[in-house]
Amino acid sequence: MPLAQTATTVPVTVDQALCIADKGCTVCVDVCPLDVLRIAETDAGKTAYMKYDECWYCMPCEADCPTGAVTVNLPYLLK
Amino acid sequence: MDEILDGITQIDCDILVIGGGTAGPMAALKAKRKNPSANVVLLDKANVKRSGAISMGMDGLNNSVIPGHATPEQYTKEITIANDGICDQAAVYRYAQECYGIIQELDEFGIRFQKDQNGEYDVKKVHHIGTYVLPMPNGDTVKKALYRQLRKARINITNRYMATRLLTGDGRVAGAICVNTRTAEFLVVRAKAVIMCLGAAGRLGLPTSGYLYGTYENASNSGEGYTMAYHAGAGLANLECYQINPLIKDYNGPACAYVAGPMGGYTANAAGERFIECDYWSGQMMQEFFDELQSGKGPVFLKLNHLAGETISEIERVLHIVERPTRGHFHAGRGTDYRKQMIEMHISEIGFCSGHSASGVYVDENARTTVPGLYAAGDMANVPHNYMLGAFTHGAFAGEDAVDYIADVDFAGFDQGMVEAERTRVLAPTKRDDGIPPNQIEYKTRRLVNDYLQPPKVTAKMELAQSRFAEVRADMESAMYVRDAHELMRALEASTILDCADMAAAASLYRTESRWGLYHNRVEYEKDDENWFCHTIMTKGADGLPSSRKQAVQPYVVEIGEDEKDAYSRQRVGAGVAAE
Ligand SMILES: Cc1cc2nc3c(=O)[nH]c(=O)nc-3n(C[C@H](O)[C@H](O)[C@H](O)COP(=O)(O)OP(=O)(O)OC[C@H]3O[C@@H](n4cnc5c(N)ncnc54)[C@H](O)[C@@H]3O)c2cc1C
Ligand code: SF4
Ligand code: SF4
Repeated sequence: MPLAQTATTVPVTVDQALCIADKGCTVCVDVCPLDVLRIAETDAGKTAYMKYDECWYCMPCEADCPTGAVTVNLPYLLK
Repeated sequence: MDEILDGITQIDCDILVIGGGTAGPMAALKAKRKNPSANVVLLDKANVKRSGAISMGMDGLNNSVIPGHATPEQYTKEITIANDGICDQAAVYRYAQECYGIIQELDEFGIRFQKDQNGEYDVKKVHHIGTYVLPMPNGDTVKKALYRQLRKARINITNRYMATRLLTGDGRVAGAICVNTRTAEFLVVRAKAVIMCLGAAGRLGLPTSGYLYGTYENASNSGEGYTMAYHAGAGLANLECYQINPLIKDYNGPACAYVAGPMGGYTANAAGERFIECDYWSGQMMQEFFDELQSGKGPVFLKLNHLAGETISEIERVLHIVERPTRGHFHAGRGTDYRKQMIEMHISEIGFCSGHSASGVYVDENARTTVPGLYAAGDMANVPHNYMLGAFTHGAFAGEDAVDYIADVDFAGFDQGMVEAERTRVLAPTKRDDGIPPNQIEYKTRRLVNDYLQPPKVTAKMELAQSRFAEVRADMESAMYVRDAHELMRALEASTILDCADMAAAASLYRTESRWGLYHNRVEYEKDDENWFCHTIMTKGADGLPSSRKQAVQPYVVEIGEDEKDAYSRQRVGAGVAAE
């Protein structure tokens, strides 16, 4: 049986216009202690995104991003 | 990434340090400095650059013992009293004597500590008796400074490997089995000594928000330190002495009374009245906090709105850039302004953590566990109220002692069957075509922890917990299902959490008295010094289930007077005179 597709909104967003994953950057993916960020291939090129909704809202991803592309918001359940 | 690959590699090293958060980097550095030819591997589930409790820095040392401000004897006495007398003082006393040297080393690493106009350390009083809290004005740089030192010392860093089990043989430690969190490939590390610095068991209870990762502790600390030690036969001490902290409601991070307290902030009830004498986190303080929450005077708040504007700006400056910098976002989202409103507080989920309480793997003053060659330091080792400086200092003890230990030993032999058995256990959820995802196993376990194990503790409830946990375990072992390597990491964590839940229930049932305020408030039993002035030590029994025994508290190094020992029991305003 396939698993259900229950949707969830994620706390971390990436501004694709600023993200330089195309140039090989993976800094946010590398530093995240929960390992929940990944690089996606989109029509407009590569971009980082939050793949798993498992965030400690701790902020290394935002602090270390060289272009300021990452914004950490509070997970909806607790904000 | 995340695709499950089949692979296994074996490497050898002299000293394996597991966990590169706080204690781990210091253990690795000290070992390497003492024996530069030793091959030291520092392995972490996350990335050492930004891992652990201090991933975004810390706002201060909670427990520094600085000549001229506090003495080792005074600190040892204070921690013994705060921990209700159950304390092998040798480890605390050695810490208190040597932590000043570690502060000086951290200073050399570039981590600054607050000084007053005369150039003296500006230590603040938060505890009942002594003065130990030292602010760190550039606390956001701690992790970077440590990382620089690790690179300089050429420590071999291995990121994104999750340790799952220790290897033992010949009556001592032989290494560890680890799984790559992005490929599921195995790494077997043979080591002459292993230093465990895996932090707290922070995903045991469920935060009231219901968000699995909205924990007090860094959520990557799921408790493998505890379960690996347990399955390897080491003793674990006083697990019933849970960690429970007073936190910002929903946000679930510290408020933080240690920053705001010395500037005039305090914990208050809904009427804005102070109800506890001292904001230092102890079980007795948490009991008063809990009572106030339940009373008609609740809920509980951190009160700052009586302070001057510039004082509040200073508090914000600290609280919104280090440690948990999303605190500022959270308050902005709620429209909370420290100048106007009080900040609503609540109690955290339960966990195991000696950094803040006393539940940990049993260690002596050299950070040795009961398994030869195996060390533990930091939040997972049972030195009470040890916090960040304790993690650094005991990490240093472990690194230095391990160098002496490996001088005389070669690799211990181990049964290859242990590796095969672990491969089968780990990979089982990848072999099924469908089933229960790890997040549901984890959620259910942690929801049951809240329902039945959270204090006040009741015998019948804890026994029910054990039955429910057994059902979840049967489901987990027969039906847990994962689709990629990342989910496999979560599946392994779910199994850790369930093991910790079983340990928490067994330990709490064993100690038939109340102690440590709220942490072990067993409502059917009073405090009972005659029968329970002792440690409880849990090991894995021959039947594979937790087995507990009593162990005497070592004779005190620093005597505690009859009139002093209850200082932490008189917390309520007006109930008695606080010690000094
Ligand atoms: C929010 C917060 C605020 C705090 N504030 C203060 C303060 O102001 N002052 C103070 O003195 N103390 C404070 N503390 C306490 C202090 O930070 C901790 O006691 C200390 O950092 C613990 O160090 P540690 O090395 O034991 O754990 P951590 O630093 O958490 O390191 C544990 C490491 O183990 C790794 N790990 C976990 N599981 C595995 C596995 N299976 N395999 C491999 N690696 C693994 C993790 O990735 C992590 O890197 C605070 C703690 C928290 C959570
Ligand atoms: S760190 Fe910033 S620029 Fe780099 S991949 Fe992440 S979002 Fe993109
Ligand atoms: S806030 Fe922390 S846990 Fe969340 S994505 Fe960023 S680094 Fe990862």
